[in-house]
Amino acid sequence: MATAAPAVGPPGPVIAGGRRERTSSWPLADRVGYWLCWATGIGICLITLGIVVFMFVKGIAYLKPSLFVESPAAEAVQSRSGGFLDPIVGTLIVSILGIAIAAPLGVAIAVWLSEYRRPSWLARTVESAIEVIAGTPSVVLALFGLLIFSEGFLAFLSQRASNGSVYGRSFFAAGGVMAVLAIPLIVGSTREALSQLPVRLREASYALGRTRATTIRRVLLPAIRPGIATGTVLGMGRIIGDTAIIKILLGVALVNEGVGHVPLLSTLRGTGATLTTFVFENSPAGEGNAPQKAYAAAFVLMMMVLVLNALVTWLTGRSGGERSKPRRWWALARLPLRSGR
Amino acid sequence: MDLNPLRAAPGEAQRRGRRWATARLDRRAEQTLGALAVVVLILIAAMVATVFIKAWPSFSHNGLSWFGSGGDVDEQLRAMQRATPLPGHSIYYFRAWPLIWGTLLTTGAAVVIALVSSTLAAIFLTEFAPLVVRRVLDPLIRLLAGIPSVIYGLIGILALAPWINEHLISRSRKESVAYVVQLNGANLTTATLILTVMILPIMVAISANALEAVPRSWQEGSIALGVNRWRTIWRVSLRTARPAIIAAAVLATARALGEAVMLFMVAGSRGFAANPLDGLTFLLEPVRPLAATIFEESDGLTNPAISHTIYAIGAVLLVSAAMLSLAGWASKQQLKRFGIGI
Amino acid sequence: MDPLMPPPVRRIALDRDPYVAPPRATSNGAEAAAAAAAPSRARGERLPASLVRERMRAESVWLAYGENWVVRDVSLPVRQGEVLALIGASGSGKTTLLRSMNRLTEITAGAARSGRITIDGQDIHDLEVNDLRRRVTMVFQQPNPFPMSIFDNVAYALAERPGRGRRRRRSPELEKAVADALKRAGLYDEVGADLDRSALSLSGGQQQRLCIARALAAEPEVLLLDEPCSALDPISTAIIEDLIVELRESVAIVIVTHNLQQAFRVADHVAFMHLGELVEYGSSVQVFDRPQMQRTRDYISGAFG
Repeated sequence: MATAAPAVGPPGPVIAGGRRERTSSWPLADRVGYWLCWATGIGICLITLGIVVFMFVKGIAYLKPSLFVESPAAEAVQSRSGGFLDPIVGTLIVSILGIAIAAPLGVAIAVWLSEYRRPSWLARTVESAIEVIAGTPSVVLALFGLLIFSEGFLAFLSQRASNGSVYGRSFFAAGGVMAVLAIPLIVGSTREALSQLPVRLREASYALGRTRATTIRRVLLPAIRPGIATGTVLGMGRIIGDTAIIKILLGVALVNEGVGHVPLLSTLRGTGATLTTFVFENSPAGEGNAPQKAYAAAFVLMMMVLVLNALVTWLTGRSGGERSKPRRWWALARLPLRSGR
Repeated sequence: MDLNPLRAAPGEAQRRGRRWATARLDRRAEQTLGALAVVVLILIAAMVATVFIKAWPSFSHNGLSWFGSGGDVDEQLRAMQRATPLPGHSIYYFRAWPLIWGTLLTTGAAVVIALVSSTLAAIFLTEFAPLVVRRVLDPLIRLLAGIPSVIYGLIGILALAPWINEHLISRSRKESVAYVVQLNGANLTTATLILTVMILPIMVAISANALEAVPRSWQEGSIALGVNRWRTIWRVSLRTARPAIIAAAVLATARALGEAVMLFMVAGSRGFAANPLDGLTFLLEPVRPLAATIFEESDGLTNPAISHTIYAIGAVLLVSAAMLSLAGWASKQQLKRFGIGI
Repeated sequence: MDPLMPPPVRRIALDRDPYVAPPRATSNGAEAAAAAAAPSRARGERLPASLVRERMRAESVWLAYGENWVVRDVSLPVRQGEVLALIGASGSGKTTLLRSMNRLTEITAGAARSGRITIDGQDIHDLEVNDLRRRVTMVFQQPNPFPMSIFDNVAYALAERPGRGRRRRRSPELEKAVADALKRAGLYDEVGADLDRSALSLSGGQQQRLCIARALAAEPEVLLLDEPCSALDPISTAIIEDLIVELRESVAIVIVTHNLQQAFRVADHVAFMHLGELVEYGSSVQVFDRPQMQRTRDYISGAFG
């Protein structure tokens, strides 16, 4: 009985399975639906590929290495002079500043919401507030930022105009409001990571007599590092893509101009450009003379987004060996999406 | 082991002392974290309060007819810039209806089109598409969702708008309305199309995930009863995934509402209330949604009248976003049932 | 019987067991004697031959997943008026054979087949697949009621039937059809009062009976049951087994079970499969009492499984 069955095949013809159900016998309504699905699917393929290919082709056509190292030049013929060094630097400054403020704050809030939550009405209110931020258009956040930075107590962070009124536009201002933009993503991602931790981790730590604070500091936070990193990367992605806040809080200059004489502080107090405003300014909507530069800068921006996406994929693949499926990338945001860049 | 009874081992008292110390630390940590959370709360409250305070003069001078129609929005804004009020009105005179109408049109049309196409596309991806297509499309859709809106605006203004201008707007049509408004590639159609493409990726992703989460046993049960594949999807999978799709639609609406830069670039810069009675020309008329208006006028905020008006528009957006947030949160609660974490 | 063989497992006869039916006179005297000797319901009760007719027939069926032939050269008749039990150890191919009867194996990529399965003389692969599945319905191992109301679940297949137009909800014909199906499944008494309740609020046994009612609503000719009671408690199992025996008169029933006692209780004919081959096929009395193949004997006595 233990003998294996002989490897003989059937005498007659063998018909393979796995065929799709033949739709010819379906009622008309179902067939129409089926074809609509296919049409939409193919349409989406075409649109997606079209956009990506278009941006790649145009971007590479106009991309020159010199663009990366030259500052935008104040010349009449914009299309042939200058590069976008300043905007790249500006983008980096804004995102680093924004994340530097948002990450500690976001993680702290997420930890409080996840581990402490007392009093519970406060926790629910804070959660609603974060939802509201996540859903607020960035133009409105920018308006609010303008109020604070030009008329509030934070006026020292930007330059004063000759008549004493505060300009209200600087890297500090933009970075600060960008932090607000990134906080919901970081909070969501961190909370998600905390909720995914197995209960036994916390139990083991408490059973050893550790307090909650120590547990958080020594056990939980190290364990959710990939989750925090993912939130940070998502936040960065949102920050580098935003134009409205930059225009309102940093202006549409093309070069970074510092204010004052202290080296780092002067840049941060000054105005400047980021890749997004650079693209905007060079398009017909702005000054409009150099669509080539706009395409090149847009290409660089897209590459940044690509790199950040790949980073998120890598991070979500790493976190949680206990989960068989990688987390959906947008599920980590856990909150309403980016709105109104 | 120290047996000397006179020397207390690190015993009860000291251990209790240490515990007290760490308990104090713990409480302090909790208070610090809680305080940070409250900071965010204060921030939001401050934002809402200041925006409304700054917006109040505009509302108080116009009353409820702020939302109504009456005159040309651009004229009103120019009058404020020149600090010369329009005859018979205060400097704050503003009738935002054309802007509101533009927002409703673009956002509404984009969300409706995106809802239908994203559902169909999600069905295609999960049920009918060959695996290779799915593998290629997933990262592409993710890339598309991450592209900044200014790049969409760039594509619109440099590629789509000129094409529409050349091929869809005939000269005769332009002349027919030239006395009222200039028709060019920046119009309602361009704006709606690009807005739809902007909100599609995330909706497709959410819908596809929800469809995949439908238990196989239900689909198998339906097929075993002799119901064809399409009907199975329609009656079982879609019905189960409906809450997720609705939540995705709410989120997409929030995004579309707040879109400023792209719409500024392609929707046309005239605060014109597109008139459906114009027939086909209606689709080709320029619009200017609310968020795009804020973006456009953000340079002139030192002018008090304009500043108050723009903050009033911001207040309207804030309230809409908050209401959508609430709606989105409510619909997400439904999703918890299926373990779909958005 | 071989005196060294342990006797086949029988259900313990209870005193005053209400389900014990007095043995009826059958055409086979020996069978009647055997039935009288072992008090068990339904086992001795075969329907008279006039009510038994062949509905489906598998002829030299081979089925493969990928490289392996999971079912090898199986030929079986399926008759209305009797219950056919497919028994065997895990991996014997019995579930695959069952699923091939309503072409459910087709939806798996990498599945291959050879041979013929016919229903009323017609090759099932010549029929339109959804028509076939309406005539040959299936109930699965895990109860899988749809997330709808009880009424909508049972009416599900009915609302899809083409040619009769879309029946409006709550039309009298639909209500009657649903009530009939629930009665046939023995569920109407328990849920008839409120058919708009969610189907997911029922207990496991009730859900499985709901799935049976759903399958019956389409008025199938053959009912395929894939280990329907393996996830249920004994009381629900007993109720469903009674149901199966009652239904066999109007529907041909094929049941896959790894529970020998259940096959013993329920089946009229038994097919024992091992590693894809049909080892033995015969009436349940014959297979359990006088198995002809050594492998059958080993399986029934529990030497492997």
